Amino acid sequence: MIQDIFTIIWKELKEIIQLRGKIKGGLTGILIFACVFGILMPLQAGKEWVTEPIVLLPWAWLPFILCSGIVADCFAGEKERHSLETLLASRLSDTAILFGKLFSTILYGWGLTLICSFLGLITVNIAYGKEGVLFYPTNILVGLVLVTFLVATLASSLGVLVSMKAKTVRQAQQIFSISFIVLFIPLFGIQYLPDSWKIAMRDMFVAADWQSIAIWALLGLALIDAILIMIGAAQFKRKQLITE
Amino acid sequence: MNSAIEIEHLSVYFTGGRTTKKGNPQPSTIHAIEDLSLTVEQGTIFGFLGTNGAGKTTTIRILLGLLEPSQGKAQVFGMDSSRQGAEIREICGALMEHHGLYERLSAYENLEFYGRVWHMPTATRRQRIEELLTNLSLWERRNETVSTWSRGMKQKLAVGRAIMHRPKLIFLDEPTAGLDPQAAAALHADLIKLAKHDGVTVFLTTHNLTEAEQLCRQVGVIRQGRLMALGTPVELKTTLKNNKVIVSGSGFDETILTLIKSLNQVTFAHIEDGHLIIELASGSSTAPLVNLLVGAGVQIEEVRKEIASLEDVFLSLVEVKQ
Repeated sequence: MIQDIFTIIWKELKEIIQLRGKIKGGLTGILIFACVFGILMPLQAGKEWVTEPIVLLPWAWLPFILCSGIVADCFAGEKERHSLETLLASRLSDTAILFGKLFSTILYGWGLTLICSFLGLITVNIAYGKEGVLFYPTNILVGLVLVTFLVATLASSLGVLVSMKAKTVRQAQQIFSISFIVLFIPLFGIQYLPDSWKIAMRDMFVAADWQSIAIWALLGLALIDAILIMIGAAQFKRKQLITE
Repeated sequence: MNSAIEIEHLSVYFTGGRTTKKGNPQPSTIHAIEDLSLTVEQGTIFGFLGTNGAGKTTTIRILLGLLEPSQGKAQVFGMDSSRQGAEIREICGALMEHHGLYERLSAYENLEFYGRVWHMPTATRRQRIEELLTNLSLWERRNETVSTWSRGMKQKLAVGRAIMHRPKLIFLDEPTAGLDPQAAAALHADLIKLAKHDGVTVFLTTHNLTEAEQLCRQVGVIRQGRLMALGTPVELKTTLKNNKVIVSGSGFDETILTLIKSLNQVTFAHIEDGHLIIELASGSSTAPLVNLLVGAGVQIEEVRKEIASLEDVFLSLVEVKQ
């Protein structure tokens, strides 16, 4: 099983690199992300880029954007290119196919994010590290690794689910975008709350124990990831994918 | 000889894109396969012939455990396809309707991937890839991205992928479609070798009836999900009563034609390009006809009874019963 999952990951990453490794295929986009998150933003933020917990917010976005750029292709793309039936006619189990595709997307989004964060660390050290080597404090480092992993898993598991159901890559991308907007509707709605509620919320934020909130947020994210993965596993039906 | 495939009273119905049981038919139900029964012996090449949409691909999908039968059962090497699909896929290779290659990857990487899928050890895998690509005359182009290749080259590679792990049973859906005659002939030779020497069973669907006639020990003709005929190519050809006689020579004129037409055993006669074409009633002999023509002063050079081809059989089954 593990060997089969690795086989799928090997193939998926090869395909992503073949596509994304070309200028037209998205290499430019990856380089832009690397420049913005690895050079420009660290230069602008200064030492705080590695010392302040607030940096976790921009890092949380990056894996989501990276994963969402490729995940729509994982099943819908194979359907479009007529390679899915041959894959399903092979000896690979449902679990190996599903988790191979899921983990390859996670690895891509999470891996590139960690590379960008390492690049940011180098930039900050070159620009502001005259008094000694600057490094992420343990809590930020752990938070960075966990948050980016959980967000990459969120985008990948949601994307795999959508891609499995969609008939084309375009349809998968559209559904994924809508799901993404639905997820963030509560945030957009905050501005329409009564002023008294907003003040109460602000006071709550000021007085909040951020460490506890972060832990609960990570646990909540992990729970959502687990639920999405379980839904994906339940929805993966070889016989249905064939007739589609 | 043991059977590789046994299908008994298999029916497949689709409602809304999904297979359904016969107990709950709906107006929109499509009958993809209706009461299909056949047996394929191990180590033989079986040809499954039919027009587009006849049910050939659905049958392959059922045999590979990719679809659920509505009724009846299908067994591959004694394993039930609806319950033991995973075990069946373990010992089979398949080239489906589409070549199914990863076009962003190179030819080598495509075979490498499927070699890994079948857990082939690294050294064996590399050796097998080189052997296959060399045999298919693709070794020199192994590192090229498949998307840049012609349809025929992709098809060759897809055939190579299907036999990569030396399966016991190979499903080939239109394997020579898009291949040049040389490549098609090479594939035919390979398939015969696989069946004769390695004991591999080949389940082949094709529109190329000459190919089926050359390769297959047994042939099945399917139309709208129903099996119309099953047997060896020779058996099928003898089922078609073809009583056309072509007489070559000189002295054919309207008088001779009228004389011939007056015979009871002649159903139709005409002169075409200097040849006398005669259609005899079923069971009629040619000898009295020849005697009559000689007696009437016709100079005969050749009398030839036309033999039905598999194509004639196929067309008669597909067209006449429509």
